[in-house]
Amino acid sequence: MRTLFKTDYRQDLTIWRHRGDLFWYGLLLLIVLALPHLLGVFYIGELGAVFIYAIAGVGLMLLTGYTGLVNLGHAAFLGIGAYTNAVLLTAGWPYLLTLPASALLAAIAGVAIGIPTLRMSGLYLAIATLAFGEIVSNVLEKWDSVTHGFNGLPVPIPEIFGYPIAGATAVYYVALAMLILTLWIAANILRTPFGRALMAIRDSEVSARSMGINVALYKTVAFGVSAAMAGLAGALFAQYVNYLAPNSFDVLLSVQFLTIVFVGGVGSLQGVIFGALFVRLLPQAISIFRDDLPGNIGHLPGLDPSLFGLILVLTILFQPTGIYGGWLSLKAWFQDFPLHRAGGFRRQRSYAKSERV
Amino acid sequence: MTDVLRLLQLIVNGAASGCIYGLIALGFVLIYKATEVINFAQGDIMMLGGFAAYSLVAWFGMNYWIAALGAIVITAAFGYLLDVIVIRRVIGQPQFAVVMLTLGLGFIFRAVAGIAWGYDSVGYVTPFTNRTVRFGHFVLGYDSLSIIGGTVVLCAVLYLFFNRTRLGVAMQAASQNQLAAYYMGIPVRTIFSLIWAISAGVSAAAAVLLTPVAMVDVNMGFLGIKAFAAAVLGGFGSIPGALVGGIVIGIAEQLAGFYLPAGFQQVTSDVVLLATLILMPQGLFSQKIVKRV
Repeated sequence: MRTLFKTDYRQDLTIWRHRGDLFWYGLLLLIVLALPHLLGVFYIGELGAVFIYAIAGVGLMLLTGYTGLVNLGHAAFLGIGAYTNAVLLTAGWPYLLTLPASALLAAIAGVAIGIPTLRMSGLYLAIATLAFGEIVSNVLEKWDSVTHGFNGLPVPIPEIFGYPIAGATAVYYVALAMLILTLWIAANILRTPFGRALMAIRDSEVSARSMGINVALYKTVAFGVSAAMAGLAGALFAQYVNYLAPNSFDVLLSVQFLTIVFVGGVGSLQGVIFGALFVRLLPQAISIFRDDLPGNIGHLPGLDPSLFGLILVLTILFQPTGIYGGWLSLKAWFQDFPLHRAGGFRRQRSYAKSERV
Repeated sequence: MTDVLRLLQLIVNGAASGCIYGLIALGFVLIYKATEVINFAQGDIMMLGGFAAYSLVAWFGMNYWIAALGAIVITAAFGYLLDVIVIRRVIGQPQFAVVMLTLGLGFIFRAVAGIAWGYDSVGYVTPFTNRTVRFGHFVLGYDSLSIIGGTVVLCAVLYLFFNRTRLGVAMQAASQNQLAAYYMGIPVRTIFSLIWAISAGVSAAAAVLLTPVAMVDVNMGFLGIKAFAAAVLGGFGSIPGALVGGIVIGIAEQLAGFYLPAGFQQVTSDVVLLATLILMPQGLFSQKIVKRV
């Protein structure tokens, strides 16, 4: 077991806790870079989708995991990003401009919806984002001249420095680069005063305010950043699916993103990756094992959403720290092997925080 | 003249669907007032109530009235158990955990209903189906009238219950101040479970009232989103507000469907919801709540 002796305040602020981190994450990066040479196209495509989900998941983690706000319309920002990307590419913009433009437009939408609602309690935000998601998916359906409604919108194949971004491997590398960028931004946000302020707001809005934090402003900016990341993920999603349909950005997708956050582990960026792997690969695993399941279970309609619901409920009831929290406690068990104490990771009992007088 | 008649017709139909939204919103508000939990599965509980009534009528051949009562009782018992078994465990956890829990429960209910009753819409004949009453040129459906009448009766019963019975007053006390109610010897936990039961029962009543107008199907629960708009418009936490909000939204929806281009009807409630949050976040029946530290 490695014991960290901190001798400098800057050690609290670094991204890497020690050189071991750097080594292991570097190794992971090498493996991920080499994977397209090792795995088949199908798996690379799926992993690309995992990366795209993870980008949107990082955005939602900043908002839900670190600021304590629930967004039930995250898929709407994904949709805005996806359609912006497709429309701008059709208009002949270069890909390196459409990506930030998609993120920016989603961020503007996020701030626009955030300003009026973020001053109220978090529950109102959950309801307002639910309504916002409904409105956006209706607009995508009905705004024929731009989105072509249910006929769908074909996404042109963009180029970066002459290389066409087509096929699973190209999307995989672009998504990987964007995921690393997103994680880097998020990790840096979390070690700045801005990130600390977000966590303070999550833990107690009243005490955050009394420390001089402009709660409404910080929440709005967090919402904008979160929406921008979703917009970026949407732009990549457009490349991934090649053909946009308005009904792919519905409440179910938003719930999938929330599942990423909760199952992965609220309040950890590593958790997003675990969550995205889980959420994206679970339906694939079901479809692979569909015929092996006993009886008729594998062929019941509506199996996937119900499993998401069930997993979400079980996670919140029995494993509130998610996969990453489970991994941490497992690691701790091995690290102090004979001396493990049962109560080390027990959930603290707390009283309901009232929002009333 | 026909314009006036048509307008009147739209208003009555709107008020009828608005009563349904209001009843679902009433379910939210009861739970929210008492426990500060927002039940995102309320619409799906209503769906279960609808299927319960359908099963009693179609499978067991019960009389409509007995089946309606039976469905309400069964769903209320379900709500009670839901609180005892699941919801109670997460009290004290962050609010978003509770939101996610009820959302997940909604998905489970939908899937279970799909497995048990299938994904096709079902319906049954009620005493109000396809019957109309005529005043000159003005035609009213029994279905709309039954919804409005049923809502009025239900509200009267609830009003009497909350103001005239010991249990009802105890519920009000527990909603206003848990600790004080507990000190007065009120079993707060049981009371909260009973409030969940009432809320689920009201939703089941809404589903039964809705049956002559709309079929029962698995995705019926999405009406819950419109009920959110009703609750917010009425100022979350006000029971008359929830009903008035529901009726306003029902009428607005009908008018939008008639006077505005296609597509606006679907988003009317969402637009009203966002507009309420932006323009008058306290809702129509505002309760002045300022957080003190």
